[in-house]
Amino acid sequence: MFGYIVRRLLQAIPVFLGTTLLIYYMVFAMPGDPIVALFGDKAVNPAVLEQLRARYHLDQPFIVQYLIYIGGILRGDFGTSFSGQPVGTILAQTFPVTIRLATLALLFEMIVGVGVGLISGLRKGKFFDASALAVSLIFLSLPIFVIAFVFQFFFAIKLGWAKPTVSGEAGWGELILPAIVLATISIAYIIRLTRASVIETADQDFVRTAYSKGLSRRRVIQVHILRNSLIPVVTFLAVDFGVLLVGATVTEGIFNVPGVGRTLYQAIIRGEGPTVVSFVTVMVLIYLVVNLLTDLLYAALDPRIRYGK
Amino acid sequence: MNPLLSIRDLKVDFPSQNGPVRAVDGVNLDLFPGETLAIVGESGSGKSTTAHAVVNLLPGSGFVSGGSILFDGQELVGATEKDLEHIRGRQIGFVPQDPMANLNPVWSVGFQVEEAIRANGVATGKKEVRAAAIDVLRRAGLSDAEVRLKQFPHQFSGGMRQRVLIGIGLAANPKLLIADEPTSALDVTVQRTILDHLDELTRDTGTSVILITHDLGLAAERAEKLVVMYRGKVVEAGPSRDILQNPLHPYTQRLVAAAPSLASRRLSSGITKTAGGADFDLTAVAAKRETRIAGSDTIISVKNVSKTFTIRGGGFKSTPFTAVDDVSLDITRGTTKALVGESGSGKTTVARMLLGLESVSAGEILIDGKNVAGLRPKELFSLRGRMQPVFQDPFGSLDPLRNIAHTISEPLETHKVGTRAERTARVRELLDQVSLPWSISSRYPGELSGGQRQRVAIARALALKPEIVVLDEAVSALDVLVQAQILELLTELQDELSLTYLFITHDLAVVRVIADEVVVMNQGRIVESGRTSDIFDHPEQEYTKNLLDAIPGANIRLGASLS
Repeated sequence: MFGYIVRRLLQAIPVFLGTTLLIYYMVFAMPGDPIVALFGDKAVNPAVLEQLRARYHLDQPFIVQYLIYIGGILRGDFGTSFSGQPVGTILAQTFPVTIRLATLALLFEMIVGVGVGLISGLRKGKFFDASALAVSLIFLSLPIFVIAFVFQFFFAIKLGWAKPTVSGEAGWGELILPAIVLATISIAYIIRLTRASVIETADQDFVRTAYSKGLSRRRVIQVHILRNSLIPVVTFLAVDFGVLLVGATVTEGIFNVPGVGRTLYQAIIRGEGPTVVSFVTVMVLIYLVVNLLTDLLYAALDPRIRYGK
Repeated sequence: MNPLLSIRDLKVDFPSQNGPVRAVDGVNLDLFPGETLAIVGESGSGKSTTAHAVVNLLPGSGFVSGGSILFDGQELVGATEKDLEHIRGRQIGFVPQDPMANLNPVWSVGFQVEEAIRANGVATGKKEVRAAAIDVLRRAGLSDAEVRLKQFPHQFSGGMRQRVLIGIGLAANPKLLIADEPTSALDVTVQRTILDHLDELTRDTGTSVILITHDLGLAAERAEKLVVMYRGKVVEAGPSRDILQNPLHPYTQRLVAAAPSLASRRLSSGITKTAGGADFDLTAVAAKRETRIAGSDTIISVKNVSKTFTIRGGGFKSTPFTAVDDVSLDITRGTTKALVGESGSGKTTVARMLLGLESVSAGEILIDGKNVAGLRPKELFSLRGRMQPVFQDPFGSLDPLRNIAHTISEPLETHKVGTRAERTARVRELLDQVSLPWSISSRYPGELSGGQRQRVAIARALALKPEIVVLDEAVSALDVLVQAQILELLTELQDELSLTYLFITHDLAVVRVIADEVVVMNQGRIVESGRTSDIFDHPEQEYTKNLLDAIPGANIRLGASLS
């Protein structure tokens, strides 16, 4: 098991280098001179331009720029944004917000998705099942910004249960509504996944054997049907948590959440190379770790799967 | 004395698009305390459904639509789920069919045994439950139960899992144990140990047993009373020996004639006359086959072949595992060589090496004097045209998305044989050879029965007019009657086309009726080999004797009316 984890972490190194190189190159290749853009309409003194270029190593060849950048990251220096703020500070401000938002969304996904999916699967073909499937289909087919605007208008503006936009602090309470919006599409998917999994498991021979032992229906459902059905669902949830952690541009934009997604979007618009690359690098790292944890979780849930031979 | 279980006019229906389908139709049976009763029939006869109806665990949407099930004075038809919970496990134990699928893979074996103990109030408290679980597993024949409790089902062999399931079934000392094909998935020797054990356990406690099986020999050996079911109805019931020796109903007569274990008995006692009304008589099939060996040359020669697999251990360690160890055998053209052994004996690996699907670690395999291992891809390709396999599972070996004509003509297309019209004509001819109607050609495997599928697999194997057919457990998954049909078909085809068969099986009873020569394998080595009649009549090795003794029904004397 330990050997497996080490091997996976070693595998992460080429993935990390490859992705950062790719992103760095894409930002590098973006049209326009970032320094000139920084001055807007004002004319630029060529001497100042040269000085700034040298400061950001823009006068060096691409590969040297990349190596300088990677060297900085390894020393914990993510560079400086054009506004003069260290990118590390921006990361430290935005990630906690996104982690709160992702955690809340994940909670909704687990409670509503698994709960409704389980009942649906056990009452296959009945009224509850049919309605759950219909509602989940509606949510699956709506783009997230539509759901976001409808929820914002209905729950925040009409009913006044929540504030339509989030303040700079972005506390837990404020994030509930965006989290629900963020969770809806995954919930619809999880309902369907859980339902299919429950139906399949309920038909297994060991479930009949469990009944034949004299177990109550409640216990058979909890211990045998639900536990086995959750294996694919939990692994989906884990991957989804990784997706949520790297930010939700649309939802964060609509609810004005100062998280990773919105900040990254703004950085792209402004052509802030160092910020974009650093954010994406951190996202890649998070994604790699979450994926590894998902695989380990999978082995923990299903004793038949053992890594590391 | 009142019967423990009394079933009267039981009807079970399964709803379908064309109205309900009746799976069990007016079944009556009585079971007295301490008695063992066997229900026999082919798949779809309603034998399992009847048993499942007793504990109301019918699969899918099936339901009891009429009749009564009286257990120990209590009516079970229409009983509440709460009442049934108290009866299941506590009063009626259940041992299911497939040990691989009946334990939950995500919980430890101990957890699943303890769960049954706790639910039925056998013991309470953590330590007591654990002690009871160990006791249950010990009684079921797992000597190292304490260590085994923590393990998961996939770490158990099939036989050990079946022991666990028997342990769970008997955990609460029920009055009745329903055993649904408890050993069908197991090797004969394991089957015998498990059934002996079951006999012992139930005799000690005076538990009544309903044994469901498709094996007539096994039923007669293990049960005092026999109920034969056919299409949802009881066609014959009474004391086992009477039914076996004097079957009255035509269906029972066919079953008796088609049971390989019983045919083997008749062969050894020199009785060859068939029972009246029988469609298939394996004794006659075997009689046709006697002396074929003399005068032919050797087509396959396996010389000192070994196969070693590397099993990965922890870290960088790996241990070699010898699956086949110095095996030599010759097969004479136009004859059938049976390769017999329990699972893990290496018999399938030998076949795979012969087919060129697995490399040879040492030794050589010669076909018509040519070494299979040294062949270039092109030569191997043409060799494969002369040597075709038929596998065990007719469900798994046919592509569900190709229709039958397509399936059978695929080898012809691969080897670029004939024009389109010629290929169609060949498919027609092949279907005819395996006795399938032409109308089946546009249908898909999912629409066929198990026997029909195996015929299709045989037709596909014959498409290229091979000289050698490797039959890997080709009849093991089939019901007795279908099995007899296929065995008869194989013998006919061998006569017509002078085929050479390598017949791999764990079922010695089948070997007796089909093979000219037998090779017995155990743990990768050849234990004994020789002509079939010699091996069966005068086995020299202890291992072979054990295998022969384990054939169910081996010790039943067949009565005068069959001769």
